[in-house]
Amino acid sequence: MTTVEPRRSGIETSEGAQEMTGRSSAGAEELLRQLGATLRLSESEAAELVNEGPSEDQTMIINMGPQHPSTHGVLRLMLELEGETVLRTKPIVGYLHTGMEKTGEDLTYLQGATNVTRMDYAAPLFSELAFALTTEKLLGIAEDIPPRAQWIRMLLTELNRMTSHLLFLATNGMDMGAVSMMLYGWRDREEGLRTLEMITGLRMNHNYIRPGGVAADLPDGWRDQVLKFLDGVPPSLAEYDVLLTGQPIYRERLQGVGIITAEEAIALGATGPILRSTGVPWDLRRDLPYLHYDEVDFDVVVGSYGDCFDRYAIRINEVRESIKIIRQILDQLPRGDYRIQDKKVTPPPRARIDESMEALIHHFKIFTEGFKVPEGEAYAAVESPRGELGCYIVADGTSKPYRMHIRGPSFANLQTLPHMMRGGLIADAVAVISSVDPIMGEIDR
Amino acid sequence: MSDDTVVEPGPEAEAAPEPPRRHGALVTQHHGDTVLHASRADLATIVRLLRDEDGFNMCLDVTAVDYLTYEPDRALPPGVTPERFEVVVTLMSHSERVRLRLRVQVPEDNPTCPSLFDVHPGTEASEREVFDLFGVIFEGHPDLTRILMPEDWDGHPLRKDHAMGRIPVQFKGADRQDAG
Repeated sequence: MTTVEPRRSGIETSEGAQEMTGRSSAGAEELLRQLGATLRLSESEAAELVNEGPSEDQTMIINMGPQHPSTHGVLRLMLELEGETVLRTKPIVGYLHTGMEKTGEDLTYLQGATNVTRMDYAAPLFSELAFALTTEKLLGIAEDIPPRAQWIRMLLTELNRMTSHLLFLATNGMDMGAVSMMLYGWRDREEGLRTLEMITGLRMNHNYIRPGGVAADLPDGWRDQVLKFLDGVPPSLAEYDVLLTGQPIYRERLQGVGIITAEEAIALGATGPILRSTGVPWDLRRDLPYLHYDEVDFDVVVGSYGDCFDRYAIRINEVRESIKIIRQILDQLPRGDYRIQDKKVTPPPRARIDESMEALIHHFKIFTEGFKVPEGEAYAAVESPRGELGCYIVADGTSKPYRMHIRGPSFANLQTLPHMMRGGLIADAVAVISSVDPIMGEIDR
Repeated sequence: MSDDTVVEPGPEAEAAPEPPRRHGALVTQHHGDTVLHASRADLATIVRLLRDEDGFNMCLDVTAVDYLTYEPDRALPPGVTPERFEVVVTLMSHSERVRLRLRVQVPEDNPTCPSLFDVHPGTEASEREVFDLFGVIFEGHPDLTRILMPEDWDGHPLRKDHAMGRIPVQFKGADRQDAG
């Protein structure tokens, strides 16, 4: 049964297998795409390039994943090999698809944050922030969010960027065979998660950044905990430099592996450390500043070769930049409200409910029906540890989004894999996957 | 004499304010975002012009909206006929540091849209996602297969008439007899 019978007017579509097609049965265009050609060639050129390749009995198609330990979740790669050399790569995703965008249409704007926070589970606060910023844009209150709330959001997301990059360093080390790095990375990330837990109440899936501000003010003793974390990380980074950055075996595994050019990265819509590793200095925090990023001083870390080592170096140095930003936030954090005082959006304080009937009604309405968002559509994006994380919401005037779409950076970044893998060794595949740092929850949504 | 002086009586002289156009497409503003309302036929041409002439060098995202049950006014400029589906393309210009959104109306009885794969190869995965979840067919896409749902799934789940929670559990190769 199909729900729709579109008039196809001669268009061939296949809803069939998502697998990689054999070399002999794949069309020239399909083969080229899987080879990773971003630049379009004429048909004769394409046919020539395709005919140059080895014949089908010289190659082998194997599956890597979906439950391979180095695929970071349930990513499945179909690899075409000639000996040990990777020719074609096709990422197959969807194993973690739980219809979160559909679920989002059934949750109020207040509940929506609990949904989106489960997308990028290594950096949940960024999804919450993108969702909150888009909702505030639709409500027309983007300019009225109290400064303290904005600075708290910056503090939290930068802490989250550090834990996310520390997670990358840990798993990257593990994938390269440096298992001790995994333990060190997790150890330092744990301290960061403890900090987040102290502030938000949860280690992950915080639901802390909400439309209108943040869920609660910073608790007593938060500054000491943040400082403890910040003071602990630089010595660890120095340790990582000894363990990984300067270590010849590690450099051999990463340098010159998985190269991508700036032209390819831009054509494929890659953002974040992948784009920056090719030498494009593009960081939304600097180039399209949101929150108060234009008031803090930090550097955009850029690579020059576009290889796995550059992507590693960018992330480890972004941890240092985040420390720099957080120290400035600690100095500049203003006093004031942590959420907007708009009765229609913000639930009243607990104490008011006991004395005011109106407060009780507002409280009841916000938590049952939810606040209404005027009709319209808007897009807002933030720089997540993986790139541009955007949120597109169509509102229809009710308390639930009519359509909620998250532009997950990993989803676009994953398309760079065939380009990076092509011509490399199967043993380097692990290094390349790891350097893309894909989070499957965000890809499959 | 300055260059601004317009001697000929242009269409601007008409009483009704002519909505601005860019590469032939109507331009509107939504919450500070610039939106282009391109027609299906012109989409690929406009996106190519935007890339080559206006510096919109990156396509961030292709998504869609099913407006089947949308009640309020859709705020489309006059001249654009609302249709059930709308393909939404987000572009980014690194040189101008600005985003641009294109909204393309796609009718229900012929849900096709030209693929942007030739202009921005990075739309490959997102167009597959839109096809998978909305059933919009991208003409010229090299590999239009399902990407998130299982390949033998019936229907397109993000359509508003796709019943949620009332569908039989679909698993490949599973016996469809009643679970005991």
